[in-house]
Amino acid sequence: MIERRPALTVLSHLVLLLGVLIVAFPVYVTIVASTQTTAQITQAIPMSLVPGEHMLETYRVALFGGSTESGGRISPAWPMMWVSLVSALLISVGKITISMLSAFAIVYFRFPFRGLVFWMIFITLMLPVEVRIGPTYEVVSNLGMLNSYAGLTVPLMASATATFLFRQFFLTVPDELVEAARMDGASPMRFFWDVLFPLSRTSIAALFVIQFIYGWNQYLWPLLVTTNESMYPVVMGIRRLISGDAYTEWNVVMATAMLAMLPPALVVVLMQKWFVKGLVDSEK
Amino acid sequence: MEKKVRFKSGWLPWVLLAPQLAIVLVFFFWPAGQALYQSVLQEDVFGMSREFVGMQNFSRLFNDPLYLESFQTTAVFSVLVAVCGLTLALLLAVMADRVWRAASVYKTLLIWPYAVAPAVAGVLWLFLFASPMGVIAFALRWLGVDWNHLLDSRDAMTLIVVAAVWKQISYNFLFFLAGLQSIPKSLLEAAAIDGAGPWHRFRTIVFPLLSPTTFFLLVINVVYAFFDTFAIIDATTHGGPGKATSILVYKVYYDGFKAMDMGSSAAQSVILMFIVVCLTVVQFRFIERRVQYA
Repeated sequence: MIERRPALTVLSHLVLLLGVLIVAFPVYVTIVASTQTTAQITQAIPMSLVPGEHMLETYRVALFGGSTESGGRISPAWPMMWVSLVSALLISVGKITISMLSAFAIVYFRFPFRGLVFWMIFITLMLPVEVRIGPTYEVVSNLGMLNSYAGLTVPLMASATATFLFRQFFLTVPDELVEAARMDGASPMRFFWDVLFPLSRTSIAALFVIQFIYGWNQYLWPLLVTTNESMYPVVMGIRRLISGDAYTEWNVVMATAMLAMLPPALVVVLMQKWFVKGLVDSEK
Repeated sequence: MEKKVRFKSGWLPWVLLAPQLAIVLVFFFWPAGQALYQSVLQEDVFGMSREFVGMQNFSRLFNDPLYLESFQTTAVFSVLVAVCGLTLALLLAVMADRVWRAASVYKTLLIWPYAVAPAVAGVLWLFLFASPMGVIAFALRWLGVDWNHLLDSRDAMTLIVVAAVWKQISYNFLFFLAGLQSIPKSLLEAAAIDGAGPWHRFRTIVFPLLSPTTFFLLVINVVYAFFDTFAIIDATTHGGPGKATSILVYKVYYDGFKAMDMGSSAAQSVILMFIVVCLTVVQFRFIERRVQYA
């Protein structure tokens, strides 16, 4: 606090409250819509902003599927949430594992072509999967990986962000630790498991949050590589609920949207400390 | 930066690198090479024959008014997303940096949209703007605005900009807040003692010192608007009405997977890769310069 300016402080709080309200408003409307029936939503103009009484049935239909009053058939969301969860976990754990190992090799070993390898991994920082969807799709399809967890996750691990975070972290680890380990006759892998891994716990937690959200929120890639309903992740499944026919069961759509938002939002809020650290560090 | 102490082993580093290198080679270099290769080929609709056409796919693209229009749409969209997103986030971050009461509550309440998938953000805003039950569409009608994002291209653009900015605010906010908190308080105190008011201090000290953060976020937001917003567009406007919200990435997807014109789609991918490489080079040059300042 540099100086006392009560008027400015009040203004700050007002702006922040307004910001929080604007940020929260769409989600509030989503919650309200998921507690009403489709008829209540579409017949009242505008829809009521007071929560209705149909919360349990809407979420039951959204989660386990079934037919609605208006006769539409809804496919259950829980298998899609399971697909999302498994692929988000595979992407985050896979990415962290492979990039920690390769960062260890790049930082702690001297070997021929090290510069070339470094450059090859580095260049993948630049190109998101979106710019090469066509050819990557062909590769995945040639390898017979369509409609499988491998196809959903492995191509998304081909990114260097995590490798660079670990490289930067390893470079800050004091050299004395390696010297001590070598003096005691520890092998490189022993050093990795007993020294480096425990030291990296915070970085791992931070990366896990970021990569979990990245994996859970994938949309374009699953849209291409899955044609089988049992492999649809939930974020992609929502769109199918609105496109289809002219009549949209908005209450079920909104309940499914809530279900799709909840797990990553919980991860962000509960792991806020690591999340903020991971986000700000990984972009440095 | 290099380590002075290293392990010696001929085979171990390669074993450690193997998984990452395998993935990078199979899912990065192979497809990127394929994109370059396909971009000079013309394939018939059934995929039966291919012929070498050289630069024809590219020249066809740059003579295609639809493609040039998509460039323009992307430019308008990313400028709007970056400018609106950065301005709002900066305002909130400056305010959050000022208050200390409930500061962490505000922070938590402002960062969670980061967790919302772009596709879900699109659906949420689509619902608010939908006719006739959408709350915002109703408010706009009441104000005398005839909102229809299905027919009016300006409305459709507004819809995707709003959804994209909303989703990205938390990210920008966090970086601005981190940037603000790293500004030495002694500088601001000295200026205050010299009689500089809050606005004057912001303009002459805070904003210039934030410029590395702002520039970094500008690049990140442009990249976000270019690529990550595909899901928002696909969930709300499908690139319509007409082609009014069909940004470059959406066109790559549409031409390659809906219109089945792989040659053109690959050429568009190559152009996009080129744009990303340029953006990255710009960013890295800048970051190098920032290191000199520090």
